[in-house]
Amino acid sequence: MTNTKPPFWRDDRFWRITGQLIAVFLALAIVAMLWGNLNRNLQQLGIQFGFGFLNQQASFDIGETPIAYQPTDSYSRALWVGLINSLRIAILGIIFTTIIGVIAGIGRLSDNWLVRNIMAVYVEVFRNTPLLLQLLFWYFAVFLSFPKIDNKITLGGFVSLSQNGIETLWFNLSPEFAALLLGLTFYTGAFIAEIVRGGIGSVPKGQWEAARSLGLKPSSIMRLIILPQALRVIIPPLTSQYLNLTKNSSLAIAIGYPDIYFVASTTFNQTGKAVEVMLVLILTYLTLSLTISLIMNLFNRRVQIRER
Amino acid sequence: MTKQLTWLHKNLFSNWYNSLLTVISLVLLLWVAYGAIIWATTQAQWAVVQANLHLFLVGRYPQSQYWRIWFVLAIIAILGTITATTFFGKQKLAIAKFIAPWLSLAWLLSFPVILWLIGGGFGLSSVPSTLWNGLLLTLLMAAVSIVLSFPIGVLLALGRTSNLPVVRWFSILYIEIVRGVPLIGILFLAQVMLPLFLFADVRLDRVVRAIAGLVLFSAAYMAENVRGGLQAVSRGQVEAAKALGLNTPLVVIFIVLPQALRAVIPAIVGQFIGLFKDTSLLSLVGLVELTGIARSILAQPQFIGRYAEVYLFIGLIYWIFCYSMSLASQRLEKQLSQ
Repeated sequence: MTNTKPPFWRDDRFWRITGQLIAVFLALAIVAMLWGNLNRNLQQLGIQFGFGFLNQQASFDIGETPIAYQPTDSYSRALWVGLINSLRIAILGIIFTTIIGVIAGIGRLSDNWLVRNIMAVYVEVFRNTPLLLQLLFWYFAVFLSFPKIDNKITLGGFVSLSQNGIETLWFNLSPEFAALLLGLTFYTGAFIAEIVRGGIGSVPKGQWEAARSLGLKPSSIMRLIILPQALRVIIPPLTSQYLNLTKNSSLAIAIGYPDIYFVASTTFNQTGKAVEVMLVLILTYLTLSLTISLIMNLFNRRVQIRER
Repeated sequence: MTKQLTWLHKNLFSNWYNSLLTVISLVLLLWVAYGAIIWATTQAQWAVVQANLHLFLVGRYPQSQYWRIWFVLAIIAILGTITATTFFGKQKLAIAKFIAPWLSLAWLLSFPVILWLIGGGFGLSSVPSTLWNGLLLTLLMAAVSIVLSFPIGVLLALGRTSNLPVVRWFSILYIEIVRGVPLIGILFLAQVMLPLFLFADVRLDRVVRAIAGLVLFSAAYMAENVRGGLQAVSRGQVEAAKALGLNTPLVVIFIVLPQALRAVIPAIVGQFIGLFKDTSLLSLVGLVELTGIARSILAQPQFIGRYAEVYLFIGLIYWIFCYSMSLASQRLEKQLSQ
C-alpha cells in the first residue's frame, strides 16, 4: 500500500514548529541587536550598568517622610520612602473611592430626580476630563488658594484648612497628599459609580418584584437579594479600577508628592541610570498590581461560591 | 398645575427621607451655584483665555500658515459629515453600500494628506514639530496613536489566543507587563530609553517618541478589548469556514475578525476617549499639548495665579470632545444592537 505523504512544506505541523522557531530566532536577533546598541550607547555616555548606586548617598530631600529619612541616606532608603508614600495613597484612595463610588452609583438609581441628576452630572463631568487636569485643578486652584497658616479657615472647630494642608485634631495632611487623594478619589469614584450602577442594573427586575411581593423592606432587599447578585458583576471591573488608581497615583509627580515614581525619577536625574531605575519601577508597579489582583480575585471567588 | 404637582410629589417628595434629601441637595446646589456664578462674573479674570485663545488651539504654529489648519478642518468636516449621514442617517441609503469602501479609502488617504498639510515639505513650507502645540497636537497624537495601535492590538490579541505556545507566551508577557506599568512610566521609557536602544546616528523626534510610547501602551489595552470580541465569535463559524476549505489565515481575516471587531467597536471608542484624555500626560515629558500649553501660559508673569480660569477652560474643551465621543458611542451601540 503506497503511503502518499504530503510534501513537508504543505504539512501544517511543519509550519507550526518552523514558524515558532523562526519567531524565536527573530526575537532573539532583535533583542541581541537592541542589547548591543544599549551597551554601546551607555559606554559612550560613560554609564555602567549595575545596581551598586542604590547604596550611594541620595543627597536630595523628600517632602514627606513617613519613615525617618535624611539626605545622607542611601538611594534605596529614598526609594523605600517613595514606596511607602505610594502605598499610603493607594490604600486610602481605594477605601475612599469605593465609598464615594458606591454612594454615587446608588444615587444614580435613586427615585429622587434631584439626587439622580446631581450624581449623573458628577459622573459625566469627572469621567470626561483628564485626571492630570483634575489633579492640577485640585492642587493649584483649590489648595494653593487657601489662605496662609495665619488666616486659616476653621470648619467646625476641629478641621482647619490653610496652605499647610488640612489639619485636624488627629492628623495633618499636606496639600500635595490631600490634593492627590481627593483628585484620585473623585476621578475613580465616577468610574466606580458607573460600574455599581451597571451591576445593580444587571439584576433581573423579577428579583426586585419577587422580593417586594414577599414583603421585604427595601434595605433587606438590597442586602439579601440584590447586592449578592450585583457583586458578582461588579467585582472584576472594580478590580481594574483599583489597579488604575494605583497606577494613576504616579501622577503625583505633577504636583510634587514624593511617591515611588517621583523618587525614582529624581534618582534617574541624578545618576543617569535609566535602565536600572526603569527596572525598579516596573518591578514595583507589577508587584503592587499583582497583589491587588490577587486579593480581589480571592474576594471574587468568595462572592462566586455564594451561588447555589 | 396638578400635573406638575404630581410630578414633584412622585420624583422629589415621595416620602420623608426623599423630601429631606431633596431639601438638603437643593440648599447645597444653590449655595455652590451662587458661589460659582459670583466668582465667575466678578473675581475671575477671563482675559487670560481671550488673550491666549490661539495659543490654546494651535500653539506657536505660524500665523501665516493658519489656512492649512482650516483646510485640515474642512477635510475632516466633509469626510465626517458624509460618514455620519451614510451610517447614522434616519433612512439607510441604498448607496451606503457603494460609498462605504470609498469612504474608508478616503479616510485612509486623508491621513497622510493631513500630516502633509500640518507638517509641510513637498511644496509647502515646513513647520517643525516643536511648533505644533495645544489642541492641534492633542488631536494629532490621539488620532495617530489609536490608528497605529489598532493593527498591533489585533495582532497581539490573535497571538494571545493562538495555539502556538511561543506566540501566546510572548503576547501574554507583553500585555501583562505593559498593563501593569503606569502610562507615565511607558512615556518616560519611550523618551529616555528609546534613543539608548537605537543606533547612535538615528535622531528621533520628540513627538515620534511620544507616539511610540502611546502606541505601545494603547496596543496592550486594545489587545484585551479585541480578545473579548474574539471570544464572542462562536466556534461554529470557525468550523464552518474550515469545512469550506479555508486555511487559518483566511478564516481569521474573512470570518473571525470582521465579527469580532464589530462586537468591540464600543469598547474601542471608549479606548479612544481614554487615549484622548491620556495625551494630557505628554505635558509631563516635555511635549506642549493642551495641558502643557496651559501650564506654560500660567507661567507667564501677567497671568500668574489664574489657575482656575485656565484649567476650567481647557477642562471644558476636553469635556466637550470626550462627552460627544461618548454620546456617539452610545448611539453606535444602540444602532449595532438593532
